[in-house]
Amino acid sequence: MRRYVAGRLLLMIPTLVGVAILTFVIMRAVPGDIVALKYAGSPVPQSVIDDERHQLGLDKPMWAQFTDWMGEIAHFDLGTSLWTGHPVVEEILVRFPLSLELAIIATLLAITIAIPLGVLAAVRQDTWTDYAIRLFSIGGLAMPSFWIGLLMVLATITFFGWAPPLVFTAITDDPIANLSQMVLPALSVGYRYSAVSMRMTRSTVLEVLREDYVRTARAKGVSDSIVVLRHALRNGLVVTEQVFNLNGIGKLLVDAVAHRDYTLIQALVLLLASVFVLINFVVDMAYVVLDPRIRYS
Amino acid sequence: MFNRQIAAFPVALALLLAACTPAPKGNAPTQSGTAAEQPQPGGTLTFIVNAEPPSFDGHRETTFALLHPIAPHYSTLYKFDPNDLTKVIPDVAAAMPEISADKLTYTIKLRTDVKFHDGSKMTSDDVVATYNKIIFPPTGVLSPRAGAYAAVDTNGITAAAPDTVTFKLKYPSASFATNLASPWNFIYSAAKLKADIHWYEKNIMGTGPFTYVSNTKGQDWIGKKFPDYFGKDKNGVQLPYLDGYKALIITDASAEVNAIRSKQAAIEFRGFTPQQRDTLSGALGTSLAIQEAPWICVNYVVPNTKKPPFDDVRVRQALTLAIDRYAGSTALQKITIVKDVGGLMRPKGPFAQADADLQKIAGFGTDGAANKAKAKQLLADAGQTNLTFKFLNRNITTPYEPVALFVIDQWKQVGITATHDVKETSAYQADLRAGNFEVALDFNCDFLDEPDLQLAKFWSASGLGKGLNFAYYDDATLDKMIDGQGRETDPAKRKALVADIEKYAMDTKAYQYPVLWWYRIIPYLSIVRGWRIGSNHYTNQDLETVWLGK
Repeated sequence: MRRYVAGRLLLMIPTLVGVAILTFVIMRAVPGDIVALKYAGSPVPQSVIDDERHQLGLDKPMWAQFTDWMGEIAHFDLGTSLWTGHPVVEEILVRFPLSLELAIIATLLAITIAIPLGVLAAVRQDTWTDYAIRLFSIGGLAMPSFWIGLLMVLATITFFGWAPPLVFTAITDDPIANLSQMVLPALSVGYRYSAVSMRMTRSTVLEVLREDYVRTARAKGVSDSIVVLRHALRNGLVVTEQVFNLNGIGKLLVDAVAHRDYTLIQALVLLLASVFVLINFVVDMAYVVLDPRIRYS
Repeated sequence: MFNRQIAAFPVALALLLAACTPAPKGNAPTQSGTAAEQPQPGGTLTFIVNAEPPSFDGHRETTFALLHPIAPHYSTLYKFDPNDLTKVIPDVAAAMPEISADKLTYTIKLRTDVKFHDGSKMTSDDVVATYNKIIFPPTGVLSPRAGAYAAVDTNGITAAAPDTVTFKLKYPSASFATNLASPWNFIYSAAKLKADIHWYEKNIMGTGPFTYVSNTKGQDWIGKKFPDYFGKDKNGVQLPYLDGYKALIITDASAEVNAIRSKQAAIEFRGFTPQQRDTLSGALGTSLAIQEAPWICVNYVVPNTKKPPFDDVRVRQALTLAIDRYAGSTALQKITIVKDVGGLMRPKGPFAQADADLQKIAGFGTDGAANKAKAKQLLADAGQTNLTFKFLNRNITTPYEPVALFVIDQWKQVGITATHDVKETSAYQADLRAGNFEVALDFNCDFLDEPDLQLAKFWSASGLGKGLNFAYYDDATLDKMIDGQGRETDPAKRKALVADIEKYAMDTKAYQYPVLWWYRIIPYLSIVRGWRIGSNHYTNQDLETVWLGK
């Protein structure tokens, strides 16, 4: 088991290096760069553009840029944003609490909605209750979370003249203000992932009911929530943050892509890949704890 | 390609619908407040900026996303009168410049009551250091607008006295005085620049009406009233009226509209589309005011003269003749931010030709059918009756995609098949700069009706137009014409020279030509007073005279 864990940990390194190379190459394979974008439409002489490219190191050969970046990563330095000139770590840390909180609330909401409804749908299979729950979950699967979010904001503005606050307030400073900003985006993301989880719960419970292993059903119920966590952290937040103007990691990534901010994109993708790889590892280890039949060697 | 076609479909449908629907009602320009109203001091203005400022250095950047949140911290030597945005007035200058008889020396007296936010007094040394950084940037310092001051002699900026600055020019320049009102030319502290020439890229310290409070990246920018600000209104009341301001950074278009609709923000100073204006107008009724104005922004059709058959002037003339701009104006102004037909200078602006004269230029005549017939004949003469090419455009819906679709449809009517080649802005820009296109939709925005600015893209591509002229021609005759108008200080004579350039560049040579000029629409909460729309989104952003009504 120890060898297996050590092997899994070591395998993370080539995985992340692969992600780094892929991100680096893809970003530069697309024509244009941040300087071209920044001066688009402005009557700026070519000499100014060349000078700025030189200052940002974009005139270096690609291999030199890559080794520079890898050198920085090796020193735990994620570099400097090409757009703002501020350290990437600073840019991420400002946004991280909001994204983390949104992910947690959305996951909790997804679990809260999914498990009871999934179980209910299974227990009342092929009844109107089951059909209604399945319709509800297919609705969640069919609509992207940012679209659900747009509808929610439109509805609250139209009927109540209210929209979620635009400025982030930490939950420790003002829980009401914080939650009033978080509730709609969390619902829109949570609904979508509850739909995934709801259907899994339903089929799992059905399977379990057929096999008559109630204890196994409970154990598998836990793994469903972990799946939700995997998905919730991986997707969903990116565009939803944009729609609600939430100043989180998702919006930062969208803006970084729009600005062709290579260092920021590379750092964010690497960070998200690290989180994903780590969660996968933790989940696999959790199986061992939660399911006595599973043993890794 | 398939996805692009799908994306283009709704725009094409919208164009069709727009052509069939009457103009929206209730969008006549309105403005909150009246001249008789007494400004009320106090309050915080919350407004939207739809992009994040890159660095904080106005001398270095070119985006409005810097000016809107940061301009209130700074003063400039001169500025545009908030009550008449075509007129230049002193800011930290005490009066308009004294100009020598040979028009080569500008002597400027400065106010003596101007303080920086750290309490230090502003003197001529600060103005000299500021303008030396802008016009003669040291190695490693970026100054994209240095070329606008090419007439200034090296070592020609001097502090004649603590309250006097002198600029010496190598040759007379018609645009020099107005360029001193550039909204980008923030007055910086000489001491700060001496200590670190890059200090202002990450720090704020000016003499403007508001001091810096905070900036949460990606979220907001906050400023508060500077109690020692030198400005006073006509009644001697201390400016600014506001206690402070908060700029919210909102990059999503629907979130911007929602912010105003839910009254969490009062205004966005760049502009909204007609549809967004109508949505807000319907939702907010009398709580909303609207100001609209022609905009010094325009889209150009740019044939790449290095690529056959666009090296043939007949083909280029056919492309402009095929476009019925007046029909385009009628249809497009309902769905996007374009409106007026004009030449190289903003329509109705100080350098614009009379309509009757403009209509004599190829492609600007009002008889669309006759123009199209002539275009077909020119294509036949050039042996290009089945002309096919890619039309490069950027992936911005407003107004690029509808404008391009309209133009493509116009070309189709004379037998030209143009494929809409839409690219993300950076890739689009890379293609423009590499000459990797056949015909493109280019664009330009300026802060001022000034031929030196609007003609910058028309210099020879291997000369002063390098990196600007994407038609890639070299034309010594046109260079001489552009240079000549820039040195002509008599406004009437200069206007005539500019008209000659328009005829030559858009018709005789048909190098590149506008489609339609943009139109700026600002719907905002009617509590915002003391702000007047101008023909650009760069000037009048120091918020000095803005106040909040009931």
